[in-house]
Amino acid sequence: MNVFAATGRGTLAVVREVGRIAQFAARGAVGWAAGPFYWRAFLNALMRIGFNSLPVIGLTAIFTGAALALNIYEGGARFNAETFLPQILGVSIVRELGPVLAALMVSGRSASAMAAELGAMRVSDQIDAMSTLAVDPFKYLVSPRMLAATIALPVLVLVADIIGVYGGYLVAVHALDFSGTVFIRNLWEFLTNDDIVSGLIKAAVFGFLLSAMGCYYGYNSRGGAQGVGAATRSAVVGSAVLILAANYLLTSLFIRV
Amino acid sequence: MPGDTPKISIRGLEKAFNGKPVLRGLDLDLAPGRSLVVIGMSGTGKSVLLKCVLGVIQPDRGRIAIDGVDIVRLSESRRARMTRQIGMLFQGAALFDSLKVWENVAFRLIYGERRPRREARQTAVDCLAQVGLAPEVGELSPAELSGGMQKRVALARAIAAEPSILFFDEPTTGLDPITADVINSLISDRTRALGATAISITHDLVSARKIADEIAMLHQGQIIWRGPASEIMNTGNPMVDQFVHGRADGPIHMTMRRA
Ligand SMILES: Nc1ncnc2c1ncn2[C@@H]1O[C@H](COP(=O)(O)OP(=O)(O)OP(=O)(O)O)[C@@H](O)[C@H]1O
Ligand SMILES: [Mg+2]
Repeated sequence: MNVFAATGRGTLAVVREVGRIAQFAARGAVGWAAGPFYWRAFLNALMRIGFNSLPVIGLTAIFTGAALALNIYEGGARFNAETFLPQILGVSIVRELGPVLAALMVSGRSASAMAAELGAMRVSDQIDAMSTLAVDPFKYLVSPRMLAATIALPVLVLVADIIGVYGGYLVAVHALDFSGTVFIRNLWEFLTNDDIVSGLIKAAVFGFLLSAMGCYYGYNSRGGAQGVGAATRSAVVGSAVLILAANYLLTSLFIRV
Repeated sequence: MPGDTPKISIRGLEKAFNGKPVLRGLDLDLAPGRSLVVIGMSGTGKSVLLKCVLGVIQPDRGRIAIDGVDIVRLSESRRARMTRQIGMLFQGAALFDSLKVWENVAFRLIYGERRPRREARQTAVDCLAQVGLAPEVGELSPAELSGGMQKRVALARAIAAEPSILFFDEPTTGLDPITADVINSLISDRTRALGATAISITHDLVSARKIADEIAMLHQGQIIWRGPASEIMNTGNPMVDQFVHGRADGPIHMTMRRA
């Protein structure tokens, strides 16, 4: 009825939700320091978030690198800059595409899985059951997953960087008549540590965010299979948006310093 | 004097979901070492009552004291310390499906009390044997078990850590009469052996009389009758009478339309 009241209510609801998510994420991180720490749960999560994501990360990276090489060559040729392909490719992948694409893929794979798994545990009373067994479900279920994702993402991104550049290399050498040694030398001399480190910092932040979203929506899901479905959807959509927004924020931060 | 303090004491407990009251000022005291069975129609809030005491549902109003300490107003971590002494069998078993059966039973020992896995596993196998399950069952995942077997595993998990308070939410629903009797014997044996205080929920009056010292009936959010288990068949209370004889006609009307 009243547009202003409705807008205000909507805004308040969003602010409240953001506050709850932030509080949840902080509590997850506190769990890393304040024991007990559940190694088995952590290694399990590390295996599923990290190791099992390698194939999809590799495929994403190699095709993206290859396509990117073609585009840079084509665009660069318009003002005779095609020889800069290795440098431009390297910077784009290491600073931007590696972290963002890897995080989006892991969010589709793992944030959804976390939301579905914790959601199913919530609606079948397993989370309540855990607290009656003298184990804080937050510390057993949430903190290890968040730590695993925060650690795994930089490693995955490093792999994505290497494979992505390799995809570009294959196209440059086999389709565009670049010399392999020149390609690698140009790339190596051009890329700085800051390029690589900024990408890895982004990756850690994205890992933290996507796991916080996956766990938050799963842990707080309500109302049976439908609730779990909604939790999974919110986790994937929410973490994707958050990753892209955080990416812009971090990029502008890194460029300024 | 500690002997006079009830193990569990509930006063004026109220809980509503989305404006629909479920518990309406419920009072209940239970002395240490006593076994109480709560009966009542489906959907009257028996499970909610247990979950309030466990601290997994926050009541709207009222007081719940364990050993004289009100847990409703405690901080989450201090409440968790108080409710640690409660072992609970959930109505839907609530086994962790990512873990093997024996790890479920040993969960509290391994992760809650940090005992060595080998030792915890031995305890788990012993507990499984007590509920009539072979050691091989321990290697299966919960999803590979029948509903009745899941119930028995959940029971083994609840008693594995020898808690001083035990809650059983419909422990024998879905079991055949023979297994149900084994479980009932187990419940009364274990509660007695542990000297535990127990609250059980069941719709099965044979079970109720077997495991209870006392029976209480929950109706419309309050305890409307409470007495020794032996008196349940002739209480003179028309509502209890209707319930125990399973009659559709009587003072209790089932609401068929949407509330
Ligand atoms: N988490 C919840 N959210 C909303 N409503 C709930 C929730 N838990 C229970 N209720 C409502 O509370 C009422 C009592 O539920 P409860 O599970 O305690 O019933 P019960 O007495 O255990 O029944 P049964 O014998 O069928 O297990 C029901 O009407 C149910 O709809
Ligand atoms: Mg119930």
